[in-house]
Amino acid sequence: MRAFIVLVQKEFLQIRRNSFLPRLIIAFPILVMLLMPLIMTMDVRQVNVAVVDLDRSTTSRRIASHISASEYLTLAQTTAEYPFAMEALEQGQVDVIVQIPADFERDMTVATPERISITANAVNATKGGMGMQYVVQTIAHTLSELRGEKSPAKLSGLVTIENRYNPTLNYRYYMIPALMIILFILICGFLPALSIVGEKENGTIEQINVTPISRFMFILSKLVPYWLIGFFVVTVAMLVARLVYGLTPVGSIGAIYFGALLFILTISGFSLTIANFSETMQQTMFVMFFFIMIFMLMSGLLTPIDSMPMWAQRFTLILPPRYFVEVLRSVYLKGTTIVELWTNYAALGVFALIFNILAALTYKKQA
Amino acid sequence: MSDVVISVRDLTKRFGDFTAVDRISFDVHRGEIFGFLGANGAGKTTAMRMLCGLSYPTSGSGTVAGYDVRTESEQIKRHIGYMSQRFSLYNDLTVWENIRLFAGIYGLSKTQTEERATELLDRLNFSSERNTLVCSLPLGWKQKLSFAISTIHRPEVVFLDEPTGGVDPVTRRQFWEMIYEAADGGTTIFVTTHYMDEAEYCSRVSIMVDGEVRALDTPARLKQQFAAESMDEVFRTLARGAQRGE
Repeated sequence: MRAFIVLVQKEFLQIRRNSFLPRLIIAFPILVMLLMPLIMTMDVRQVNVAVVDLDRSTTSRRIASHISASEYLTLAQTTAEYPFAMEALEQGQVDVIVQIPADFERDMTVATPERISITANAVNATKGGMGMQYVVQTIAHTLSELRGEKSPAKLSGLVTIENRYNPTLNYRYYMIPALMIILFILICGFLPALSIVGEKENGTIEQINVTPISRFMFILSKLVPYWLIGFFVVTVAMLVARLVYGLTPVGSIGAIYFGALLFILTISGFSLTIANFSETMQQTMFVMFFFIMIFMLMSGLLTPIDSMPMWAQRFTLILPPRYFVEVLRSVYLKGTTIVELWTNYAALGVFALIFNILAALTYKKQA
Repeated sequence: MSDVVISVRDLTKRFGDFTAVDRISFDVHRGEIFGFLGANGAGKTTAMRMLCGLSYPTSGSGTVAGYDVRTESEQIKRHIGYMSQRFSLYNDLTVWENIRLFAGIYGLSKTQTEERATELLDRLNFSSERNTLVCSLPLGWKQKLSFAISTIHRPEVVFLDEPTGGVDPVTRRQFWEMIYEAADGGTTIFVTTHYMDEAEYCSRVSIMVDGEVRALDTPARLKQQFAAESMDEVFRTLARGAQRGE
């Protein structure tokens, strides 16, 4: 027991003596949580719209003014020539073109008018797609307003929309749990691996290998500090989310900490396993980056798993962050309980066990 | 002196096609200073690593402090000290923190650690450096500290792999005084070196060439056997026949 205490003490001393690590551990979570939610947004704003008005009627002017009044759309130009608008689109000054055919207003009252045509620049598929939808919504709104003025039944009152759990459809609320996971992966995933490989490079690991300390104890002494650091990180992240973005978990804090504990165990065990197979820092970094890419892009952190191809969806079952991001999002936004999410916790528990046993087994004192 | 502490029979280590250590056999007695000589690449470090339980032998057998090198390497580790070629204390810890770490690893209690640390620092005249970071010590001091720490748990055998490489003559002398002190206390010393004057200080010397032990005796008898003036001459006579380059 004394041996274990001095080993853990040594890890903390080494972290503290490092000129860079303590600052990183404190500043990194705060900075990431403060800045990234502002940046990592898929809300489309500033969609530039050109209106090609061939009608020149009250209706067409009303459509244009509604577009310019919209929060998401900017009326970049109104012109009577489609080719002008097309040129602007090609030059990137305009994202969506709305062409209102001649005699649109008159035809609307008599018969079926010629259709309004909408052209979007879909090079940026998200912006093109979302921009197009906003424009369609705005026009539909204008038209229904016009109809409503003429007939007593209000069309706009016929549909109600409710977004459950994230009522304002705020993209940040979706990203904050993902950011927390990225922080865990970077801090509790990279640091233990670098610490082991650092000892390999300095030759100190050999001095440890020639002592009777068991490999389980040595590995555990490497992990304990990073578990504590992980708890610090999750606490800071939750505080920033609350104070700055007003996001508090609907579910219990305990459910979050319990999930975090299992996930930190998993990712740090994984990191040590990689370190056992690496001889140099470069090698460790490269291999870690490879896995981190997969973790970040395939675990549903940034894009929904349900929209991935079937084979990819099956593959995500072996990615630990997938289970934790589900836990975080459901607890934060829906208030789901540990019992309801038990399969996720169980999966994380199994991963934690596998990776830590693997880390201890692949650590060789005798070559 | 008849008490055998290290006993090796036909110990061999192969890395693929390359035989680093080729069927070496010898015995080392309690309290001896056993010089383990050989040119670079002769297989000294590999042989030593097998005895310390860092490397698993390909074939052959051996015991250290009564434990089998194949099956009981972890028990061996309780009874030996090891100082590698590379300085391997923690540079970012202080002298005292390094002592506390290794004393703790070997299971010494807090009070024992405190006692031995004070005694060790006194002996080295290091008391004023207690809270100095190890990285800021000069090399000679580092090596002395390293040796003192490798014997903090009073091991039966200490393995020293080129402990005085790059150390100045005065410190080298002090270092050997420490070795003698430890040997007088009954600790067996197993040491590799490239300094032939140091070889003269050993109770017995073995010389490895191309992975084999070619000569083993007291320095005096070796000189007699090879009709040489000094250990230097003995070494050169043997090493000249080496097939392996640097």
